[in-house]
Amino acid sequence: MALLSKAAVLLGKEVRTEFRSRELLSTTVVFVLIVVVVFSFTFDPTTNESRRFGPGLLWMAFLFAASLMLQPCFLREQANDTLSALRLAVEDPFAIFLAKISANTLFLLVTELLMLPVFAALFNVSFGAQLPGILLTFFLGSVGISVVGTALGAISAQARMRELLLPLLLLPLLTPILVVSTEVTVRLMQPDPAVEWKGIGLLGGFDVVFLTVLWLFGEYLLEE
Amino acid sequence: MPAAPERPIGLQFDQVEKRYGAVYALRNLTLAIGAGECVAIAGRNGSGKTTLLRVAARLVQPGKGTVSYSGGADGLRPRIGFVAHATMVYDELTAEENLLFFAKLQAVVNPKKRVAELLKEVGLEERKDSLVRTFSRGMRQRVAIARALLPQPSLLLFDEPGTGLDAESGAWLTAHIGKLRDSGSTVLMSLHGESELARLATRAIRLEGGGVIADTRRGAMFQSIFAGAGS
Repeated sequence: MALLSKAAVLLGKEVRTEFRSRELLSTTVVFVLIVVVVFSFTFDPTTNESRRFGPGLLWMAFLFAASLMLQPCFLREQANDTLSALRLAVEDPFAIFLAKISANTLFLLVTELLMLPVFAALFNVSFGAQLPGILLTFFLGSVGISVVGTALGAISAQARMRELLLPLLLLPLLTPILVVSTEVTVRLMQPDPAVEWKGIGLLGGFDVVFLTVLWLFGEYLLEE
Repeated sequence: MPAAPERPIGLQFDQVEKRYGAVYALRNLTLAIGAGECVAIAGRNGSGKTTLLRVAARLVQPGKGTVSYSGGADGLRPRIGFVAHATMVYDELTAEENLLFFAKLQAVVNPKKRVAELLKEVGLEERKDSLVRTFSRGMRQRVAIARALLPQPSLLLFDEPGTGLDAESGAWLTAHIGKLRDSGSTVLMSLHGESELARLATRAIRLEGGGVIADTRRGAMFQSIFAGAGS
């Protein structure tokens, strides 16, 4: 309980500072919007093409946007050495990770939900009754991106060439999330849509495995 | 007068070594700090003062050797108050929000009351709703000290706490550390040359190349520890 209550306090701080500065969310939303609009006008896809290739494009945009958004999550703690203050205040460093993962997932989900109607309008597709399945896929995919991204953000923040390091590490590691999320979303957008539970299970499994690894070894990522 | 800590913490560094690449920050350092002592650490730039304090705070793990604490290391971190070069507070939050945030994290009893007490103590009661980024260096340092004092720490670590402070803020800081020393807390402070703060210390240590080269209590040799420390 102590872990969760401290993570909740930390999450409150993350949300408050973000909604005060609006740095991450606005950058991410604008980036995804630009990608979706540019692709829509460049390829001018038919409905069938949109159903087949649209989800891949959408998840690519989310992934690149996440690599932008995840970069500052630990870098911001370096400006005034607030990470040291957090490490002194919190006995279990997993609380710090849990809060950052929750905040990153929340910001990513907000971006995805804002972009969904824009994508549907520009690519002439409708989600309709499949919205719960789409939301579940978005949630599990976003958790996976945030878990891996937050861990790599902690590593890259202490490295030289940190701006280049995070995308270089993040994109290969998140390939399974990209492939599975895209396949599940494609299936949900077909004329005879269905939830691909095997894919959903894979996304959930990915999240649990990486979260467990972070719980076991997270402390070492924060050491100087 | 700050409240007395539950029990002051003593430290024992035993052949501690810390390297950054090929550079030794601490080298074969053996040092005992008694509970309730007020120790000034002097030395040139790069002599290992900051690393010593960060190792003492358990923020940096030594490569070799051990650091032991009287009463054990379990649950120790929240009992340590650390004031570093950086303020360790959030610019995007107000002074009060910063202190309440850290008070809740450290499970301070009645956090709102404790924060109000500290804001009054550091003279920031009137600016409690201002964002820290609008503060001067001296005011930021006051917030940093208030943050460090939130849990009524048993071990206080100050890394060149007077850096960038004007005369008024410096005098306030000296008086405040003096009160903390008198309340029985163990105080370790790194200093960049002799200053008013040095007069508070009951013991002075000089580091060079990551090791202790002089260690003296108040007396004839005391001032010599700080000679050339700022160079």
